[in-house]
Amino acid sequence: MSILLIAEFDQNTLKPATRSAITAASQIGGDIDVLVVGQHVSSIAQQAAKITGVKRVLVADDAVYAKPLAENFAPLVQNLAAKYSHVIAAASSFGKNLLPRVAALLDVDMVSEVTKIIDPSTYVRPLYAGNLNSTVKTDEAIKLLTIRPTGFAAAQEGTHSATVESIATTGDKSLSRFVNEQIQTSERPELATASIIVTGGRSLGSAEKFDALISPLATKLNAAIGATRAAVDAGFAPNEWQVGQTGTVVAPDIYIAIGVSGAAQHIAGMKESRLIIAINQDPDAQIFQWSDYGLVADLFDALPKISTAL
Amino acid sequence: MKVLVGIKRVVDHNVRVRAKADGSGADIASAKMSINPFDEHAVEEAVRLKEAGIATEVVVVTVGAANAQDVLRHALALGADRAILVETTEHLQSLATAKVLREISKREAPQLILIGKQAIDDDAAEVGQMLAALLNIGQGTFASKLTIADGKVSVTREIDGGQETLELNLPAVITADLRLNDPRYIKLPNLMLAKKKPLETIALTDLDVNTTSKVATINVAEPPARAAGKMLNGVEELIEILRTQAKV
Repeated sequence: MSILLIAEFDQNTLKPATRSAITAASQIGGDIDVLVVGQHVSSIAQQAAKITGVKRVLVADDAVYAKPLAENFAPLVQNLAAKYSHVIAAASSFGKNLLPRVAALLDVDMVSEVTKIIDPSTYVRPLYAGNLNSTVKTDEAIKLLTIRPTGFAAAQEGTHSATVESIATTGDKSLSRFVNEQIQTSERPELATASIIVTGGRSLGSAEKFDALISPLATKLNAAIGATRAAVDAGFAPNEWQVGQTGTVVAPDIYIAIGVSGAAQHIAGMKESRLIIAINQDPDAQIFQWSDYGLVADLFDALPKISTAL
Repeated sequence: MKVLVGIKRVVDHNVRVRAKADGSGADIASAKMSINPFDEHAVEEAVRLKEAGIATEVVVVTVGAANAQDVLRHALALGADRAILVETTEHLQSLATAKVLREISKREAPQLILIGKQAIDDDAAEVGQMLAALLNIGQGTFASKLTIADGKVSVTREIDGGQETLELNLPAVITADLRLNDPRYIKLPNLMLAKKKPLETIALTDLDVNTTSKVATINVAEPPARAAGKMLNGVEELIEILRTQAKV
């Protein structure tokens, strides 16, 4: 077996989600080649080369790949795929955008959002917002998978260094063009990989109260801030903070849900957290069914006390 | 400009789905069914393009059993002009669904194809990207905004950590995210009107599509329940737990 793993990175750093995908690839077994596609990516390639389990790093460094346009990335991956038994990417917005396009070019069905590797061709993935787990087996000659990062630890650097090779580019398909991007920058840890997350729900009442109650606690705990879809829709928090089926799926060490009712689509995004703590005014809130520790309290009274005490 | 919208009939998002006792799949025999929420946003966007004078016709298509007519009628009531049911009792994987939609796209020659970013049953989020690849056209996935001008579509996409805007040549495939729009409430007269709009049925077997898949479901099960938690007696207990667990 041999695995082609598509790397994802921002500015100068390989994303933790890619490291998790490498761990999943190691569980499948066989040689792992990491593909780095971008412009001025030699430092990314060097980072990938040091990770335990990586045999080769393939680099396509070209201005045409400055932004991850699926229309241009997919033919490049398609050309390489024939030599591999598996093509893998993280189930991030990048991987989910790219890999189905590659699958169709290769005329294969793929398996998305893999949470567990059973054997090289059998995997577990969630259905119905995580209410069900499905075990699927693929007999495709080339198996395409996206890996949900929360199910796998991040692969770390070893003592070896993999070989780095340049590969030919496949050019601009002239179907799409990057215009601009707005990326949220924050002093806080990234939501997807934070070890502690403090999430606010709609019962916080307003954007001002959301900030006034959630931010001090998140600062004290060096936590990322999350929000429910209801809180995002109500304008209390930006969409990038959304945790759930349609937002980010997280699995931190500690997840603190403040005024979160516990809608199924929210639970789908956080139920794999190691420790779940919920504070809610409503003793019947669904979130308590999923919590290790629950506290029924007036949020506006309890939160300032907790933030001050820590 | 003609707009084609792909939709799917799924278990209503308020239903808590359970596994069949034999593990062969989800037990949905008696569940309430609805249009996939993301697809509803796709239909709404197409109808708005027509109301803005940009689209000339909105055609909705689904692949499913005869009872999938209900979600097509729903889309017609939202304002689509006509509907196509590709009828089959088979459960298609994403690639086969994309191939069916490619055949319909060849017949209809739309300038824009809209579809939900994922269906809330299998949560795969694959069909739109696969369709774009099969048609060799651009894709704007997880779209929260789109603008059409000069033969191109400008699409703002929800990506990890923020958003980005791409410009795609037309035709293109756009997959709708929830923030693309707020679907309208259907008024009774429109529901009546929808019953009179054309709905064409095409047998899947009449299309030249290979629907076999090499991906098979072996087992479907409910995840293990979380152990019962502990209710705390006051803020002080919670502070103590945070001190111990978060080491602050």
